[in-house]
Amino acid sequence: MSDVTAQTAPFGGLVTRDQIVKWAPLLVLAVLLLLFPFFEWLEDFREGKDHVYLLDSRFFSIRNAARIGIAATPALMVAIGVTFIIIMGSIDLSMEGTVSVCAVLFAFAFLAWGGTLMSWAWLAIPLVLLVGAIMGFINGLVHVRLKIPSFMASLAMGFVGTGFALLLTGGDRIRIEDELFRSLLTVRWLNFPIMCYVALGFLLIAWFIQSRTTLGRNFYAVGGGEELAHASGLNVNRVRIMGFTLAGMFFAVGALLAVGRIGIAETATGNNFMFVSITAVVVGGTALWGGIGGVWNTLVGVLIVNVINNGMVVIGLPGYVQDGVLGILVIIAVVLSTDRKSVSFVK
Amino acid sequence: MYELRKVDKHFPGVHALKEIDFKVNRGEIVGLVGENGAGKSTLMKVIYGSYQPDGGTITIDDKAVRFQNPRQAMEHGIGMVFQEQSLITNLTVMENIFLGYEQQFVNFGVIDWKAMAEAARHQLKKVKLDIDPSMTTSQLSFAQRQLVELAKVLTLEERIDGDLVILLDEPTSVLAKEEVELLFQLVRDLTKRASFIFVSHRMDEVLELSDRIYVMKDGEVVDVVEQKDAEVDAIQHKMVGREVDKEYYREQKQKPYDAEQVLVTFDSVSLGNRYKDISFELHPGEVLCLVGTEGSGREAILRTVYGLDAPTSGSVSIKGEQVSRFTAKSGVARGVGYTPRERKVEGIVAGMNVYENMTLSQMDNYSSAGVLNISEEKSLARTWIEKLAIKTPDVYKDCGGLSGGNQQKVVLAKWRSGGSDIILLDHPTRGLDIGAKEDVYEMVREMSDAGVGIVLVADTLEEAIGLSHTIIVIKDGEFQKRFDCTPGDKPSLYDLVHHMI
Repeated sequence: MSDVTAQTAPFGGLVTRDQIVKWAPLLVLAVLLLLFPFFEWLEDFREGKDHVYLLDSRFFSIRNAARIGIAATPALMVAIGVTFIIIMGSIDLSMEGTVSVCAVLFAFAFLAWGGTLMSWAWLAIPLVLLVGAIMGFINGLVHVRLKIPSFMASLAMGFVGTGFALLLTGGDRIRIEDELFRSLLTVRWLNFPIMCYVALGFLLIAWFIQSRTTLGRNFYAVGGGEELAHASGLNVNRVRIMGFTLAGMFFAVGALLAVGRIGIAETATGNNFMFVSITAVVVGGTALWGGIGGVWNTLVGVLIVNVINNGMVVIGLPGYVQDGVLGILVIIAVVLSTDRKSVSFVK
Repeated sequence: MYELRKVDKHFPGVHALKEIDFKVNRGEIVGLVGENGAGKSTLMKVIYGSYQPDGGTITIDDKAVRFQNPRQAMEHGIGMVFQEQSLITNLTVMENIFLGYEQQFVNFGVIDWKAMAEAARHQLKKVKLDIDPSMTTSQLSFAQRQLVELAKVLTLEERIDGDLVILLDEPTSVLAKEEVELLFQLVRDLTKRASFIFVSHRMDEVLELSDRIYVMKDGEVVDVVEQKDAEVDAIQHKMVGREVDKEYYREQKQKPYDAEQVLVTFDSVSLGNRYKDISFELHPGEVLCLVGTEGSGREAILRTVYGLDAPTSGSVSIKGEQVSRFTAKSGVARGVGYTPRERKVEGIVAGMNVYENMTLSQMDNYSSAGVLNISEEKSLARTWIEKLAIKTPDVYKDCGGLSGGNQQKVVLAKWRSGGSDIILLDHPTRGLDIGAKEDVYEMVREMSDAGVGIVLVADTLEEAIGLSHTIIVIKDGEFQKRFDCTPGDKPSLYDLVHHMI
């Protein structure tokens, strides 16, 4: 059996490179969760106040966990969408445009059809899921049929989306004041608002797609060896287009939750999703060249990003430092997950 | 003046060069021939400094030298004209000629293009090529590029005081007949300034051009022949002469195939300039081997059977139906399985586990409405792990971590379990150790017994002869000869080589 174990264990079998890469994101999250309360404790200690580590922490509390959860859910949906694309070895940068269009169209349809979930206005929800899917589909079609690299095709489609959203609103903000819809945020079960549970539901759906469906398997096959997937009779182009379509649907869910969170739909609803979601996927340990990773990695990644954002506010660091820290984290994550021996040139 | 004495080179598990003695005199053209894997390329790499020998000495004019890299070899007057054209096609001709040596034209950090063009024109004159040195290389024909490459090597003349030794690795493979003549004329003219080492698969060309010919086999120089004594037959015998072990290739297990039924029919099929006018039939239980040198069109034929490349003319039928759509997907649907040469690239998906790899081509059989039935996948994998004795701790093992032989078994299990009855094997034993090779031979026999038709591109000629029922020899994309290989009446290596080159 010697040939089977040939690849394991430069460190005597206990800690392999693969294992480090696998567990590093979770470890980072745990360290962050303990680090921020430590800073709080340090500050109070200097000022001579009573402070029991963790117990008296404002950061390490259920209330703050819910706050992080609320901030993280829309980004989680968008990041899950892009996870599928990155597993295929492509990238999708259209999320900001797609989220804006979906948010704005949802608001228009919702208000036009009754303005409350109790009326026909609930149809606005399936409508925007469809819109997201169509935008993703077009995105995939442009990428595959016109043979444009995915980053360029999706970036361009994203701009088209942002422009279209602005055209629809003319720069206005649209308020959604339906109490039933806003209950996504306002009603809490066990301290967490409903939107967190909705996101959890979609996370489980994404997990099911990833691990239990032919489509999910195909994403990994295309990312792990496109040539081979093709030579095994897979329709790689079809898998690609379906991947972008699926991603578009998750972007739409992200848009719904984003509107639910602040009760406003506007062109700017999509802002910042690109940086946050790509950062989260990469920091979570999904490899940029495809084939490795998954939605649970993305969950951890989204939490890391949001914990950093939140924690820095709690300990009082300015916003630009947060972006800098996140940028450095991305580099560290990619460095950790790249086996540089096998990559000679990077373009 | 350039001499190797008892040069040895080992790679893990392979003794690639065994005490090679090799000598080039001033103004001489030395030929180097041998089968694939005989050690020619390793020897070339030692000569131009890409590999360092483990033992023996290299001397130039009786002074011992040692090269750490090709650049040091160049500084001693040794230049290489590569088989795979090494010009960078988006640069201009002159930039290519002086690549890495631009410093001589630099004034205050700026390149003097006029001076470089002038110098390039001087080099091009040596190879009698009248083109504008500021042309982009991609605009040149292959023959012109070959000459530019030679001109590039000849820049050594100005840089080096001593004599030049120039290696030509298969320089004629992309050239037409007249162009070959021109090149030979040029090389003969240039012997006034340089010695040449000429490597080619085309025996007639080697005989025509070389003053002396080194014959290599299994990492050894088995003979050195003067041009006047050289005979094609004698050299070919020396290149291949070795015993074939019938046991090893499971020849006793070879059974006659079912000639009544036909799985694949090729009727004068051509694909561009890859292969022309190829016809054959594949029957159930038959092992059909395509034999030819590298680039003779063997792989392209396999890819057409599988559906990866559509032919430009002729008709292909599989199981009595004419094929009109050439896609990998429809090939799989017709029951064709393909195990490509590059296992790591096209055979298994590293990162996916054993059962995921096995069902990759037949996921529809293990899913309903797009939802996978993973427990069935696992039980399939367990069945085949047992059947083929695949060494893996469990079905969750990442296939990238399996040994080459076991990866090959996973690929075969993928096709066999999916019901493929036409299997295309491209170098199935490449890079495997002897035990793993025997496993593959055993599987080939078992598949034949089960009525599977196999088209094989073998790693060595012995393997081709040992395994096959039928051999088709192809040269430069054209059909040469068909051999029946009933056990006990198999063609010899010599019969094949004779038609190959």
